[in-house]
Amino acid sequence: MKEDPGYYDYWPYKERPKIEWPNGAKLAFWVAPNIEFYELDPPNNPFRKPWPQPSPALPGYTSRDWGNRVGHVRQMELLDKYGIRGSISLSTALCDHHPEIIELCKERNWEFFSHGIYNTRYTYGMTESQEREMIKDSIETIYKHTGQKCAGYLAPALSHSENTLDLFAEVGTELFGDQAGFYSCDLFHDDQPTPINLRSGKRFASIPYSLEMNDTIAYLVQKITPRRYGKELMDNFDRLYAEGAESGTIMCIPTHNYQVSNAHRIKAYEEALEYITGHPDVWVTTGKEIAQYFLDNYYDTALADIATKNQSYGHIG
Amino acid sequence: MATLDKDYLNYPERSYGMDHDRYEWSMLQDRKPIAWPNGKKVAVWINVGLQYFPLNQKGIPFKVPGGMTKPYPDLRHYSLRDYGNRVGIYRFLKAFDQHNLTPTFAMNTRLAERLPYLVGTLKERQNEILCHGYDMDSLHYGGQDLKEEKALIRKSLDGLRELTGQEIKGWISPAKNESANTPDILAANGISYFCDWVNDDMPYDFKTKNGILTAMPLPTELDDYFIINHNLHSAQDWAEQVEDAFEFLLKESTSGGGRILSLNIHPWVLGQPHRIQYLERVLELLGNHEEVWIASASAILESWTKQQ
Repeated sequence: MKEDPGYYDYWPYKERPKIEWPNGAKLAFWVAPNIEFYELDPPNNPFRKPWPQPSPALPGYTSRDWGNRVGHVRQMELLDKYGIRGSISLSTALCDHHPEIIELCKERNWEFFSHGIYNTRYTYGMTESQEREMIKDSIETIYKHTGQKCAGYLAPALSHSENTLDLFAEVGTELFGDQAGFYSCDLFHDDQPTPINLRSGKRFASIPYSLEMNDTIAYLVQKITPRRYGKELMDNFDRLYAEGAESGTIMCIPTHNYQVSNAHRIKAYEEALEYITGHPDVWVTTGKEIAQYFLDNYYDTALADIATKNQSYGHIG
Repeated sequence: MATLDKDYLNYPERSYGMDHDRYEWSMLQDRKPIAWPNGKKVAVWINVGLQYFPLNQKGIPFKVPGGMTKPYPDLRHYSLRDYGNRVGIYRFLKAFDQHNLTPTFAMNTRLAERLPYLVGTLKERQNEILCHGYDMDSLHYGGQDLKEEKALIRKSLDGLRELTGQEIKGWISPAKNESANTPDILAANGISYFCDWVNDDMPYDFKTKNGILTAMPLPTELDDYFIINHNLHSAQDWAEQVEDAFEFLLKESTSGGGRILSLNIHPWVLGQPHRIQYLERVLELLGNHEEVWIASASAILESWTKQQ
């Protein structure tokens, strides 16, 4: 085991080279609905129990199924209303189970990125070749059902190995060259995109996908009220928007249809979306577009600045 | 390091629809809109959980949420739950009657055995009673012995039917937890609807070995216990969440057809003196709203069934 994942270098949030988003926007805003499939009777993983109760574990399974049966369309209609294209973190087996949802998202030109096969199949314990096979299956499934070359990754249930980001980038290259496998949502170390160090040397970015703004973290872990969640979204936006004048920032709202679309929660979410998209200097976009823009315009500048800053007071001991 | 079984990357259920055969995959938006009687937009189902948490809790296979947590005898939790059946429920009944509202009661059979006075009170009201299992410590769970579960369900239903004189068509498992056999056993014992699968906002058909059950929507997320005791929100927060849900469902009903707002509430939670005013606030809003149909579970189910 390593002390540090080694994926990124220290980069102080101070005097960074200025990022300017398209049309002079100060903040890139994206919404990442997780569209997931949880299995009723998943196989055992020795490192993590999928459900707290013996199968059938109704409380968890049924609430997530609600997200697909009821919640998805509710959130989709809201994103339509505010001109937001979702960037879907997709349990790719959902293409087989619920193709109707995939079609609705395709019609809207939403982005699909890989979130594994099922959210009840964890990376823990996989060999490198098993993880590679799982990632490849997910990227191929997205391509087969949507025609999209998968650019981003969020490991299923945030379960990782030491090689997850390397494998995702390599499988992307193997299948589609530089057009796939070039950003990750798995790291929470920054409010701006950052270059990622990979063993392949591929140009690859971490795109902020905020755990703090994640509805499931807010509702299931922090257990905050819906109105409080709406307020936190707006507070998060206000600060990042102000700081974006200095150098462009990113705000992401990661959502889950089984949480944010509940009848008692969706109003607070809508108020936040209305507030955020009502500001002039916001680039309402997708994860892939942000990653591509960063790699094309700021990746090299960022690498150079990181190197300079890390040399200015000596190297890490 | 532990390794994974070679089948870990096999996905036998990866095909169209669900990963089991209990019900059809269906999105709410694709279904025929429902019209409630008299042109009402939102059916409000007020369901009161009347629960008995025994002091000698076994906790098999897990401690029921809301149950005993301290070493035996856990008097604090036992008596605070019991408060609901002595005090809180009478505050509830007063509030319902003030607005002339029709609730349903989901009762543990053990509670009915223990409290003839409460059963008598409910019988006089003639409101619908559902079976909420035997007691809160008699869980239904994966791996449970089939004979044992059959006997438990029979004991629960026979007892409640005899004590209340009602037919008892509805069921809620303690903790909404089931074994793989629970729906089959319920269907074989005269149950026509159950509320354990919180995966929809409208009723839907659920297949069993013994015929079709209807799954009725009773979301855990708006449950007073879940919001106040699990999420640790205030009773005022509970009221605000119900109000926001109602506002949204009312709006959605204009395009999607009739909706259901189900309130699962417990007298040991909202029946406290400092909380009851928030239940009253919600009842006043819903009870006086011209687009609302306050109805029992069976009445909602009957109206829905006729339109299928």
